[in-house]
Order: sequence, then structure tokens, then C-alpha cells
Amino acid sequence: MSGVRVLAGTRKGAFVLTSDGTRKAWNVSGPHFAGWEIYHVKGSPADPDRLYASQSSGWSGQVIQRSDDGGATWAPVGNQFAYQGTPGTHQWYDGTPHPWEFARVWHLEPSLDDPDVVYAGVEDAGLFRTDDGGQSWQELPTLRGHESGSSWQPGAGGMCLHTILLDPVQRGRMFAAISAAGAFRSDDAGQTWRPINKGLQSEGIPDPDAEVGHCVHRLAMHPSRPDVLFMQKHWDVMRSDNGGESWREISGNLPTDFGFPIDVHAHEPDTIYVVPITSDAEHFPPEGKLRVYRSRTGGDDWEPLTTGLPQEHCYVNVLRDAMAVDSLDTCGVYFGTTGGQVYASADSGDSWAPIVRDLPAVLSVEVQTLS
Amino acid sequence: MIRVVLPGHLRTLARIDGEVQLDIAGPVTQRSVLDALEARYPMLRGTIRDHDGGPRRAFIRFFACEQDLSHEPPDDPLPDAVAAGTEPYLVVGAMAGG
Repeated sequence: MSGVRVLAGTRKGAFVLTSDGTRKAWNVSGPHFAGWEIYHVKGSPADPDRLYASQSSGWSGQVIQRSDDGGATWAPVGNQFAYQGTPGTHQWYDGTPHPWEFARVWHLEPSLDDPDVVYAGVEDAGLFRTDDGGQSWQELPTLRGHESGSSWQPGAGGMCLHTILLDPVQRGRMFAAISAAGAFRSDDAGQTWRPINKGLQSEGIPDPDAEVGHCVHRLAMHPSRPDVLFMQKHWDVMRSDNGGESWREISGNLPTDFGFPIDVHAHEPDTIYVVPITSDAEHFPPEGKLRVYRSRTGGDDWEPLTTGLPQEHCYVNVLRDAMAVDSLDTCGVYFGTTGGQVYASADSGDSWAPIVRDLPAVLSVEVQTLS
Repeated sequence: MIRVVLPGHLRTLARIDGEVQLDIAGPVTQRSVLDALEARYPMLRGTIRDHDGGPRRAFIRFFACEQDLSHEPPDDPLPDAVAAGTEPYLVVGAMAGG
């Protein structure tokens, strides 16, 4: 029987939430790695039993955990992330040069084909890859080494490479996004990179339409149509129809176009989801109402989804890696909050219910569709 | 025999119950103790000090015999009581961590 496995990373451990295809009754496993920050947990598309988790702490730095049995047991693998060559400097918050320093892995993106190959997006922004199941990690240095690298600066969460998208059609094409540098594309499996930020407009940088410097919060793509990209920027929801060559705003009738996550329906490439957040200062939903907004037209026209979500006194945030979709016949949508709730919808967002209500602050949510 | 006490989050990571007991051949120093600890528990590499025996992580401290040894040279001998196993060598998460 089909089912789903939701992988939630939180400030104090990881949780594995499983259900059958009805997605009504849930089994909760965890906390795994209790007490550690789990920025991301993700399964391999090539082997759903192979999971990777980014575990870190202020005391002891970075650990990578791997499971070969769907999260029942875990073992630490390699945790050395060394920038290649002399790292140089980027821009610090105050505009002065600051040495590149590894802090943590924000995002793990397993290869589409090989469970031993994983890309890791890290803070300070860099891209690493393992070919041996996480035992060793090598930097793909040309992204960090892009000529604009010395001008990149941290967003409020740190200077993180938080999004990695692998193109399932044009193999070797990949996208990465960095706060606050912008979106980048490689057409040769990460050997060379170029910024793809034309059309973005950002306040807070000297040149609002500069080639780099934009605080991109998240990119999303439907695997059947990888030329179409969706972006939640610091402010503005954006769309590209040409693999990032140019972008146009699709914020339309959203109550605010600030937010963090964005995702695409598993079966409808023009159905997208965002969670509007009041502002860069007020990281909570407008009017205290937690609303997912859905567009069935690829942007511009949005509808609020509220059934089952708190519509008063709600002041949580939904972080950039904390939304995911499953690929069951009726697409499931999931998101986690900084208040510790993980909400699920088994009907494409029409109605919602919490799977769990009282976890530590949720940093990331991924879902695996199991056959 | 050298006794080493780790903070809870590292005991969990290395799946250690209670103290670690190590036999050290040669001088008993902070470096030789940590080298032996990491050799037995490779998953601790990079979590107490940088990889390849580099500097102590900022939020980790080293105590023994009611003294803070965090800033002592790593190749200095540890107190006799630690070398004799009557006192443990403490790896501690700083109060500001977590």
C-alpha cells in the first residue's frame, strides 16, 4: 500500500512522521539526534531508504548522518567541509570584507540517480558534493569563486546556499540560490556558474537591479517543466519561463509578497503555494491568520487556503525549507512552523490538519512518497 | 588509564555511556588524549577541535582538577592526577552554547 514519510528537521532534533496513503493517522518517530539543530533531512530519489541529515550545534559544529533503512537507524558519516584553495572574503553585514568561514550545512540534495551522490549547500555560501555516500565532501569551488563572490553578503539567517535544484530533463543543469547573492545556474554539472537574476528588483542594495546581491529565499521547479522556475524573494514572488534567463513578478493579489517557502503541486505544474509573511521585520502571518496561498494559474491570481489552519492569534513563521509536496494521486502538501506544528493537507491544500503540534521550531520539511 | 568525561551531546553522538577510559602510550597531554579519543570514536573528529588535530572549537572547554586547561598548550603534560586516572579530563560545552 502506498504511503508517505515526512522528514522534519527542528531546532532540537529530527522527526520522522509516517502514514498510509490516506494521510489521516500518523506515526511519529523521534527526536532523532535530540538536542542538535537539524537543518535538513532528505531522502534519495534513487533509493527511498537512503536518507541524509544535516546535524549541527554551536558547541560541536557539523555532523552528517546517514540512514540506509528509511530512518530507523542512523550513523554519522563525513563532516569535513573544507573550502578549496584560499577562501578569500565576502562582504560582512557592515559592508567590510569578512573571511569565508564554514558554519553549517543548510540543504542536502541527493542525486536523482545515485544514492551515494549528494550536493550540500552550506553557510558561508558554498556548494559541496559527495560521491561516496557522505564519507567525504569536495567543494565545487567555481560557484563561490564567481567574480562577484567578494560582494556577496549575509541575509538575516547567515550567508547560506539554501536551494539546490537538479534538472531532471537537461542532465547536468542545476540551479542554486544564496541569501543574499541571488540565483545561479550551471549547465555543466557545477563546473561553471553564472548569475540568473535579470528582472529582480531589490531595495536595500545600492543598485536595485544589480546582477547579484538579491536575497532569494527559495526556488521551486516542477520536474516535468524545468524551464519554469518559481522564486520567493525577500520581497516579491517571481517566475521565469526560460530557465532563469529573466524573471517577472507574479505576486498579484497576495496580501504581502514577503515570505520564505514556495512549492509546486506534484501533478499540476502551474499550481504553486506560498505562505505570505507580514514583512522582513514582522516574521509572522498578516493579521495573525495562518494562510497558505495557492495559485492555479502559475502566479498573479492567488486564493487563501484557511480550512484547518489557525485564523486568529497565530504568530509563527514558516521557514524556506519547511514546505514539501507528495506525489500521491491527490497531491499532499506539508509545512512546518517555528511554533513546532507540522501541517498536512491530503487534498492539494483545500483543508489542513496538524500532524504534530508541539515540536521544537521546525527548520525543514521534506516528504517521500512510498510505494 | 585516563578517564575522559564528554558532554551529553557528544556521548549521544558517539553512543557512549558514562566515562571513556583510554590507555595512552607516552606522554599524557591534551593532544595525546584527544588523539586517542578520536581514534576510538572517529565520529568525534571535528566536534571538539578542528579536523586533523587543529584548534579547539570556540564553545568547547577543557577542565581537570578544578582548573581550566582550555588555553594551555596542547602538548603540556596533564596533571598527575589525570595521568594516574584518579581525576577525569573533562570536555565541556561552554555555558553559552546549546
